[in-house]
Amino acid sequence: MLTILFDGIAYGMLLFIIAVGLAITLGLMNFINLAHGAFAMVGGYITVVLMNRHGVSFYWCLLIAFLAVGVIGAVLERTLYRRLYSAPHLDQVLFSVGLVFMSIAAAHYFMGGQQQLIQLPPELRGRIEIFGVGVGRYRIFITVFCAVLVVALQLALTRTRFGSQLRAAVDDGRVARGLGINVSVVFALTFALGSGLAGLGGAMGAEVLGLDPNFALKYIVYFLIVVTVGGTSSITGPFLAALLLGIADVAGKYYVPEIGAFIIYGVMVLVLVFRPHGLFAREASR
Amino acid sequence: MITRRMLMAASAGVAMLGQTALTASAQEDTVKIGLILPMTGPFSSTGRQVEAGARTYMEMNGDTAAGKTVELIVRDDAGTADQTRRIAQELVVNEGVNVLAGFGLTPLALSVGPVLNQANIPAVIMAAATASITKESEYYTRTSFTLPQASVPVATWANENDINRVVTLVTDYGPGIDAETWFTKEFTENGGEIVEAVRVPLENPDFAPYLQRVRDSEPDAVFVFLPSGVGSLFMRQFTERGLNEAGIRLIATGDVTDDDLLNEMGEPAIGTITGHHYSAAHESPENEAFVESFEEANDGMRPNFMAIGGYDGMHLIYAALEETEGEVDGDALMEAIKGLSWTSPRGPVSIDPETRDIIQNIYMREVEEVDGELYNVEFETYEAVKDPAKAEDSAE
Repeated sequence: MLTILFDGIAYGMLLFIIAVGLAITLGLMNFINLAHGAFAMVGGYITVVLMNRHGVSFYWCLLIAFLAVGVIGAVLERTLYRRLYSAPHLDQVLFSVGLVFMSIAAAHYFMGGQQQLIQLPPELRGRIEIFGVGVGRYRIFITVFCAVLVVALQLALTRTRFGSQLRAAVDDGRVARGLGINVSVVFALTFALGSGLAGLGGAMGAEVLGLDPNFALKYIVYFLIVVTVGGTSSITGPFLAALLLGIADVAGKYYVPEIGAFIIYGVMVLVLVFRPHGLFAREASR
Repeated sequence: MITRRMLMAASAGVAMLGQTALTASAQEDTVKIGLILPMTGPFSSTGRQVEAGARTYMEMNGDTAAGKTVELIVRDDAGTADQTRRIAQELVVNEGVNVLAGFGLTPLALSVGPVLNQANIPAVIMAAATASITKESEYYTRTSFTLPQASVPVATWANENDINRVVTLVTDYGPGIDAETWFTKEFTENGGEIVEAVRVPLENPDFAPYLQRVRDSEPDAVFVFLPSGVGSLFMRQFTERGLNEAGIRLIATGDVTDDDLLNEMGEPAIGTITGHHYSAAHESPENEAFVESFEEANDGMRPNFMAIGGYDGMHLIYAALEETEGEVDGDALMEAIKGLSWTSPRGPVSIDPETRDIIQNIYMREVEEVDGELYNVEFETYEAVKDPAKAEDSAE
């Protein structure tokens, strides 16, 4: 029972790490970036290549995946995404889906279609007993890592100067510009952060979710569910949503395996029926 | 008066006539094989292996059979059935192929049934493994395997080796249900008990809840069928959750310990018991020659059970052509195919004249480290296993 609860939390945390980048670009920048999964996939592949071919340690890989994908995100933002900020949502969707397909083809060409596997460092393998409950070490790592990340992000957005500049830029770009905030730099940095987090999530998820060229498309549903259920106006919304969905999914699959695969969608439908803007929508903001 | 236009039309007509004559004469000496495989998309590793296997056969045995040149036309269906069907039609109508082959997945193989019946063209299934496919048309034959064929020996072995309580865990689609049904049938008939039957959705991000369920029901072993890529992820989580420490053994069909991915699975895979028709470590001169030339041509990639399906599929076509002395009529070829037998790199095989399905040895293997690499090492053989699903049909 407790093991299931813990597994659910860990799974939710993993969903959150991958989806939080999307929450940032979608919620804070109001840009529908369906290519988010592609950024996560790039992070995963960077980790696989560095670890398997160059023997870099897993922890460094996480950092490198975050930074490298962040840089890629920034470059794409400067060259492509920027043009579409004011475009209708449909254009944004079409554009980013196009990117997804290109990324799938590219991953195929360079890495081949097979499943990529990584070897975790020995201290993260296996499981340990805590108060009689058996838990996987890697899952503990994910949980702790993610908890720290949530606190850091939340503080960064609400307490720092950059956070308030960002919120100002999103709410009213013209006034923000008038106040001397360099909106375009703020957006570029935020987009880089969102992409970097996706890369990090891909790197951490490779062990549990697997990694093949279809990663970008395969899990997009899950990211979108997390963001939709959580609402897109804060970090805590998607976080709690990811936890809820993770626990519901794992518990559902454990107790009623016959319908386990549908639980996550059931929860989403229920939440959206009662709170169409997500669990924690800003009241009447849009 | 002869205008310029008339002249041009006439010369074009002559040129066309010449061309038809040319293609006709070329057609008489060539046998075209349309190989339809998923070369892109999630199942591309299947396509890659089958194609490499087929090409290895042609590399080793030349491109002529019964005095005719064999031409291989490879097409990509990306793993979607409507594409397979369309490509099959195109190949038959426009390219004039004599034999269709390949088919990475069950629905892809099934989709071409009507085409085969209308065009009288044999189809050699080199990968798809659901038992029922060959019942859909008289023109299907198979050189891969069927899941009942691989699952039943695993059940027999479990019965003989003090495994009494088993949880089955399969992917919830055709082949998975085949594996579950036949394993359960054989295992319970001989006194075994199925504690629980778990089905995992095809798109499943995390095995944690299912594995915990297996662990909590405390069986002697868990019988697993999963498609190969997913199988390797499962294996990792199996060890991470400490199911082996809890005394639960992992028995499976060979898809889970796919030779292509085995080395990357690493240590957690060691000791897994699987039943399957082919291992790259099979000891025979035929297999040594096959593995050597396959690895040489493919940058060191190890052949897996898909590659052997492609290799033997080509052999089947060559042998049938020899038998018909180059006659390419579909019905004649199918007659020739029935009852053929040969020594494949996987061991002795033959085509069942009644069901057109392959009869072959199923080997029980254990994953071991040999010279620093992981291999499925065979330790027991169940000889000349027929597909049990169809054996039952004919008994009824």
